[in-house]
Amino acid sequence: MDEQIALSLKNITKQYPGVLALDRVSLDFVQGEVHALLGENGAGKSTLIKVIAGAIEPDAGVIQIGAQQYTQMNPHLARSLGVEVIYQEFNLAPSLSVAENIFLGDKTGRGILIDKKVMVQRAREVFKQFAIDIDPHALVRDLPSAQQQIVEIAKAVSKNVRILIMDEPTAPLTVSEVDSMFEIVRQLKARGVTILYISHRLEEIFRIADKVSVLRDGRYIATRATAATNRKELISLMVGRELKESYPARTVAPREVALEVRHLSGNGDEDISFSVRKGEILGLSGLVGAGRTELARVIFGAEPAESGEILLEGRPVQIRSPQDAINLGIGLIPEDRKHQGVFLDMDIKWNISFTQVRQLSRYAVVDGRRETTLAEKFRNLLRIKTPSLEQQVKNLSGGNQQKVVLAKSLAAQSKVLIFDEPTRGIDVGAKQEIYNLMCALADDGLAIIMISSDMEELLGMADRILVLCEGRIAGEVPRAQFNQNLILDLASGKH
Amino acid sequence: MNADTTMTTELQGNVFAFLKKYVTLLVLLGMIGLFAVIAPNFATPNNFIILLRQVSFTAISAVGIAFVMISGGMDLSIGAQITLTNVLTAILLARMGVPPVLVIVFCLALGTFLGTTNGYISNLLKVHPLIVTLGTMTIFKGLGYIAAGGNSISGLPESFKWLGQGYIGPIPVPVAIMGLVLLAGGFILNKTYFGRYIFALGGNEEAARLAGVNTQRMKVFVFAICGFFSAITSLLLLSRVFSGQVTTGAGMEFDCMTAAVLGGISFKGGEGTILGLLTGVLIIGVLNNALQLLSLGDYYQMVVKGLVLLAAVGFDTWQKNHKASKSRRPATQGAVAA
Repeated sequence: MDEQIALSLKNITKQYPGVLALDRVSLDFVQGEVHALLGENGAGKSTLIKVIAGAIEPDAGVIQIGAQQYTQMNPHLARSLGVEVIYQEFNLAPSLSVAENIFLGDKTGRGILIDKKVMVQRAREVFKQFAIDIDPHALVRDLPSAQQQIVEIAKAVSKNVRILIMDEPTAPLTVSEVDSMFEIVRQLKARGVTILYISHRLEEIFRIADKVSVLRDGRYIATRATAATNRKELISLMVGRELKESYPARTVAPREVALEVRHLSGNGDEDISFSVRKGEILGLSGLVGAGRTELARVIFGAEPAESGEILLEGRPVQIRSPQDAINLGIGLIPEDRKHQGVFLDMDIKWNISFTQVRQLSRYAVVDGRRETTLAEKFRNLLRIKTPSLEQQVKNLSGGNQQKVVLAKSLAAQSKVLIFDEPTRGIDVGAKQEIYNLMCALADDGLAIIMISSDMEELLGMADRILVLCEGRIAGEVPRAQFNQNLILDLASGKH
Repeated sequence: MNADTTMTTELQGNVFAFLKKYVTLLVLLGMIGLFAVIAPNFATPNNFIILLRQVSFTAISAVGIAFVMISGGMDLSIGAQITLTNVLTAILLARMGVPPVLVIVFCLALGTFLGTTNGYISNLLKVHPLIVTLGTMTIFKGLGYIAAGGNSISGLPESFKWLGQGYIGPIPVPVAIMGLVLLAGGFILNKTYFGRYIFALGGNEEAARLAGVNTQRMKVFVFAICGFFSAITSLLLLSRVFSGQVTTGAGMEFDCMTAAVLGGISFKGGEGTILGLLTGVLIIGVLNNALQLLSLGDYYQMVVKGLVLLAAVGFDTWQKNHKASKSRRPATQGAVAA
């Protein structure tokens, strides 16, 4: 049988400030195949599908759909060419009915009036083809998320989809729901729809995909037929890059336990027990949604714990709010810098001194001189590159913003620091500086918990890695046994 | 040659930044200049003192609403708070003969309590204060009407006159109090750590919480301050009008909001200055006063006030977009809060 190319990408390049998100990616997708895209976080998968869907414009490259070539795509054009995307976040209108959602944006009926009867009937037809049992009259918000997912697919199908992009479609689904969704995917495939399938779950890719292409650091790495490859090969294609950063050697051995967590549950995590020593960097690994950030937020008091105990330097402590945590000497460098870490419109000095502003006050009046001294100290210590401390934080680079967040926590004289994705979105030079700082802090006796989705970074930095899977501890790996495959297996629940 | 061009662009940049920062102030000065020429008796010391007294009531409450707005909230109930405290205070003074000093303490405490209630309900229901105060506005107003029983309350003691009608030297008492309130407001916002927390709350609530701020307590605190300042306005108005009226305070929230927005206090929170607020209050005051002198009635004043507001907000948005699209040079921007 002739292989017909449904979608062809040639040299797609997209540059963001400081990051080359896509670097001359060329890929062909054959009509009627399920083609998985695989890669670590930040590998460029999301950017690539947004380029195909016309949500972002590539800086260079050609998209060929059918016989037509395009250097630019827009959402409307993509849709008219039969490209539909099911994003991770649902794009349904919760207060409208299933039928209304499926035909949202379509004209059914006369003039400006909508013919509900026709709409419901057409929805039924779509459902019938795929043996779906959902009431077209039901409101979307009343449906479980699995059925909402199916409504998303039905919506795409009703638009004569030729290329369907599914971004982590099984993330909200249970095992049996995944089965029924795969059934629909197979039917679509049988009709010649090309499916781009993005998932972190390797076993799914082996079940449903014909081919799998790997991206890494914005570059295309390889394509394999799923029948002719295995887990091991895919993982090494995904993570096996040469070392780019160097991880500083640690000079001091871990000392006594600083923080201990016993049977902690809450915020989706269950029965978590571990400890971290002074002078130690404990890595937290796991897939997206495994509960790492959630755990950090419980320890920090940002979310309530349901049960369990936290001990600081051997003493049980009550942490009911971030305020408690900070007063006890626990600091959090949050994952989402812009929304949780800094005050973008305020200046550097204001930000650095913020956690200490009360201590810097006499009779509630902030002592400006002491504040400047403090800010100046951290600007020098962390080498924050700025002409002045009065610079608004939003004008700093990502790396320097991250240093401001770090300074904020350090100013509060933390004994335990939790870094949640400390190097996300910052350039290589700043990354190196952050690594050096973290090691220097550990050598100074701080206990550090480091959450990172960058496996290589975690292996380079941590003394010990704790792997979470679905809100539970899946295993603990000491430095001597560090091994990417072992950790990935633990993270995906293989052990 | 090259250095010259750089200097000119630098200069242009600075001029633009200056204009941007002081545009409302320039508008105010321009208006004063214009009315000094065309409005009879506008530019006289006497009229300026009258003008200041006219704006003092709004200004004091506006400081309260500035606190709330900078923290990212909104208080629609201040007019109704004034109505309620006004009526109850009048009843205590006129009908029950409670000594004025005690009554003043009562009024301030009541105002603070009403504000605190707004804050607590917002936290409890986890609803935006705009909605909460829409509800409490109606409740407070209703309670005021019930207490007054549809009558105005007269027969206040003569000793109570001084607050609203007296003078300290040439300065009317309300103007002096306005000065104190503005100074106190500016001091709290800029010099104390409470002020930092208020800006933080409006700028980025989640970051503030993660930095250890008790954000819920801060919200209550801000509303309490707003209630306290409105209670001061209420006392001054009661003494000025010299009888308890259910119409006292009506619409005050909108005058205050207009002044705040004119003065550059963002609805999103996290930015604003007391100086800007004063400028906003004065623009409204000058318009009211001068249009009166020009014998244009209340109705025209409303139309003009609305137009000025739209023009100011329109300019602000325009220059923000202009800046975003044109210049990427951060060096000319000053910190808003400093």
